[in-house]
Amino acid sequence: MKPTTKLADLILLLCFAAAVAAGPVILAPIGAGYPDLLDKFVIYGIFAVGFNILFGLTGYLSFGHAAFLGVGSYAAVWSFKLISMDLLPAVLASVVLSGLLALVIGFVSLRRSGIYFSILTLAFAQMCYNMAYSVLTPITNGETGLRVLRDDPRVLDAALGRTGFTPSLAGLEMTGWTGYYVSGAILVIAFAISIAIFRSPFGMTLRAIKSNQKRMGYTGYNTRPFLLTAFVISGMYAGLAGSLLAATDPLAGAERMQWTASGEVVLMTILGGAGTLLGPVLGTGLIKYFENIFSAYNAHQLDVTFSFLPDGVREWVVHGLGLFVGEGWALTLGLLFMGVVIFLPGGIMEGIMRLGRLKRTPIVKSLGDSPQRDVIGERAIDEMPPEDGSAPARKEAPKGETHAGEPQKPVKSSEMKAATS
Amino acid sequence: MDAIILQIMNGLDKGAAYALIALGLTLAFGTLGVVNFAHGALFMLGAFCAVTLQKLLTLETVKIDPTRTTPWGTPLEIRTPYVQDMLGDWGRVLIDYSVPVSILIAIPVMLLIGVALERGLIRFFYKRPHADQILVTFGLAIVLQEIVKQIFGANSIPQAAPAIASGSLAITDAIVYPYWRMVYLVFSLLVIGAVFAFLQLTTFGMVVRAGMQDRETVGLLGINVERRFTIVFGIAAIVAGLAGVMYTPIVPPDYHMGMDFLVLSFVVVVVGGMGSLPGAVLAGFLLGIVQSFASMNEIKSLIPGIDQIIIYLVAVVVLLVRPRGLMGRKGVMES
Amino acid sequence: MSTSPIVLHIDNVSKTFAGLLALSNVNLDIREGETHAIIGPNGAGKSTLLNVCIGGLEPSRGKVLLAGTELTGRRPHEINQLGVARVFQTPEIFGDLTVIENVMMAILSHRDGAFRPRFVTRFDQQSDIGRTAGAALEKLGLGDHLHHIAGALSRGDKRRLELVMSVVQEPKLLLLDEPTAGMARADTNATIEILRQFKDAGMTIVIIEHDMHVVFSLADRITVLAGGRVIAQGLPEDIKGNPKVVEAYLGEEQV
Repeated sequence: MKPTTKLADLILLLCFAAAVAAGPVILAPIGAGYPDLLDKFVIYGIFAVGFNILFGLTGYLSFGHAAFLGVGSYAAVWSFKLISMDLLPAVLASVVLSGLLALVIGFVSLRRSGIYFSILTLAFAQMCYNMAYSVLTPITNGETGLRVLRDDPRVLDAALGRTGFTPSLAGLEMTGWTGYYVSGAILVIAFAISIAIFRSPFGMTLRAIKSNQKRMGYTGYNTRPFLLTAFVISGMYAGLAGSLLAATDPLAGAERMQWTASGEVVLMTILGGAGTLLGPVLGTGLIKYFENIFSAYNAHQLDVTFSFLPDGVREWVVHGLGLFVGEGWALTLGLLFMGVVIFLPGGIMEGIMRLGRLKRTPIVKSLGDSPQRDVIGERAIDEMPPEDGSAPARKEAPKGETHAGEPQKPVKSSEMKAATS
Repeated sequence: MDAIILQIMNGLDKGAAYALIALGLTLAFGTLGVVNFAHGALFMLGAFCAVTLQKLLTLETVKIDPTRTTPWGTPLEIRTPYVQDMLGDWGRVLIDYSVPVSILIAIPVMLLIGVALERGLIRFFYKRPHADQILVTFGLAIVLQEIVKQIFGANSIPQAAPAIASGSLAITDAIVYPYWRMVYLVFSLLVIGAVFAFLQLTTFGMVVRAGMQDRETVGLLGINVERRFTIVFGIAAIVAGLAGVMYTPIVPPDYHMGMDFLVLSFVVVVVGGMGSLPGAVLAGFLLGIVQSFASMNEIKSLIPGIDQIIIYLVAVVVLLVRPRGLMGRKGVMES
Repeated sequence: MSTSPIVLHIDNVSKTFAGLLALSNVNLDIREGETHAIIGPNGAGKSTLLNVCIGGLEPSRGKVLLAGTELTGRRPHEINQLGVARVFQTPEIFGDLTVIENVMMAILSHRDGAFRPRFVTRFDQQSDIGRTAGAALEKLGLGDHLHHIAGALSRGDKRRLELVMSVVQEPKLLLLDEPTAGMARADTNATIEILRQFKDAGMTIVIIEHDMHVVFSLADRITVLAGGRVIAQGLPEDIKGNPKVVEAYLGEEQV
């Protein structure tokens, strides 16, 4: 197995950029080639890429990232209201504010690990959500949601004599395809930064934290600042995504901060493959695509689709499928959630790896994400003639290296037993 | 003074609900080592046991009485629930008491659901990281609540307490306390007491407690811990379900009530100390009362919005000051 | 040897757990360049001593100094930064990282300080640190495994990797907790050879060990613990014939 090279990363980035650029064409055949949906792909893609830097690399499962998304949205709308409809100040405000919030929440939450961390982040996010609906109503406009109004000051716009109501970036209005390409360009930049982080000493440090905290301490690392940095970075990504959401639809509501929204980004990340570079983006695309398709279906459409079936059967099929589409999309989402965790803990990326393994052909190594490399590495070990025929080595080999979570206890306890016996 | 007593009493019944849910969560966690995000959904399922029974009991027959007419001139339709038709006054009593009667149904149903979940899903996750457990049970929670939504619709379905308990007790002029809340409180204490008695006084409970301490050793003694733990998960489901059944007259159940309670219950468990049963109960009542105080107008005008966030605030403070919670054991869930 | 400066100074350390005396007035000086073995029957307090020295366990009485700096009460990462590397009885490595990445992490920690996230620099085998790590692994016979996942290594190789991770930090003091426990004789001998290399390079080593073969192959001085007390201390040949030591061990064997 070879380590990744700069060239491979560059090719990956270029392919990614090309895919984003050609998105409208590529996705047209499956009926996803329109700006509204692609906007969602791209914006939630940014959210998931950022979440992956925390969860995928360090294994710390935050259940409160929707708070940063929400704060980003509010900050952006306020920037539209007070300063200008231009995207730049909005993005700046969102990223800075959500970064600050992440600093505070992270500072407190990261004092604990494991499930405590998850619950602390969840508690903070719920606090933000509840406050957005109650005390902070003057800022968030409560249930109605925050939007740009005619009599807002918009200081900069007023000075420049701009009167438009569409968010724009240097004159490019954030609507239709222009909006998609602006967001898409930001996603590509965000993805590039994510590659850089994965390949940096910082990224390796984060992976090492996920792997063995005890060893980190005895190797001389104080892990908390690294974790906090990762937490803040991922919070800033979420804020960025929030501001873009506000830009494509200048209305910010508190429901974006609900904990189910936090759950959704977790799902996107694990569906694609936590800890892989491309996984979160793939996961996002898949979820948002199916959400769009499924929730748009209704009984009538199903009737039409299955009109080739005999009447009795058709009614039956339509009724059965009806549970999963339209309003029932959430049910599909829940089942998907369970299915992925049960059968494919490494996500789609691992699925691809497994297929590759079945075929017994070398796997694309250019993607070079660590879990994939792990799989290849394991295989290399599996295929080697046992050096000393020692059982423990083989037993430990197939551990789910790919999946996130706490440092894996079962392995250690089995090692421990081997040591004492 | 009156206000303080009232707030404490208000806090007690909410706290009782928290305590019951947290107790079940802790049971499942302490024995199986599983972080169950679907526990709130079990609470919700319990509530819908009551809804189902009420719906069944109030299925009506329609008879047309040709001798009488409505003011619009059409023949008068007399609607009587089947039960009443069949059992007469007893039927009427049954309908009136549909919520408490639901307990009888909820116990076997929840036990079945709990055991099925444990055998069919949860047990495959014992050895998986906690993050995986959280995620799969989170998915399960969504699935359960969506199924309920498909069946019962998205609106909440009010349930009536038996007529005898639907009034309020006026202790003084300022303190008016609905009877049903009192019933709920007493009922919760009974359930909590039963669970503790079961764990303390029976051999089964002794094995379970020993297993909570050191699963491997108990396994080595040749005791089938797994099977007992399955039953414990069933019991946890029953506790959650009963909490749900009896809560229906207080807050009309809807499909997402479980999620709302779950987040709070986890906070309760964490405050009480992960894996500590008394801690869960204590923290449940404590947080219920704290929340109740925070929603007093005097306090709300002092710190606006405090009622919305107080529980989370308490949780954060407890976790930072006393990382293991109020009564947590050392080394639980710390990696 | 006795004139070289003291690296680790354990000054009258006692430790009680819930009234139980685990260590009682332990005094021990480790001098620069020596290999010092700490032996003793099970439950003698060897691991407690180690944890009191560098594991963040506060002694009930007494103090531990590393080259004049107080270690008591410091967190593991601080102690490591002060120059103590530790190898565990059960290998503690980064199981999800590749072998070379494990060693790179160890070097990075001392090259850049514990926290200096460098975001943009690419960090791989071609980097400066990567080359150093590769060379170190090569030297200790893990050259074939550079890009294998560390968690999938054989037990012996894991332990060897942990050794590499410790020595690349060029520690003032290397602490080894039963480095050959559970090893076959051939592996034990290989480990002794490696440790002898370190010893010859002038490294200060403290080794806790059951295997007398290892102890007498390597140790310059030996400290014997029993029941939380130092019952003997001195050169290997003195310890060998010491009746108190024999008694302590025989006493254990009869049980």
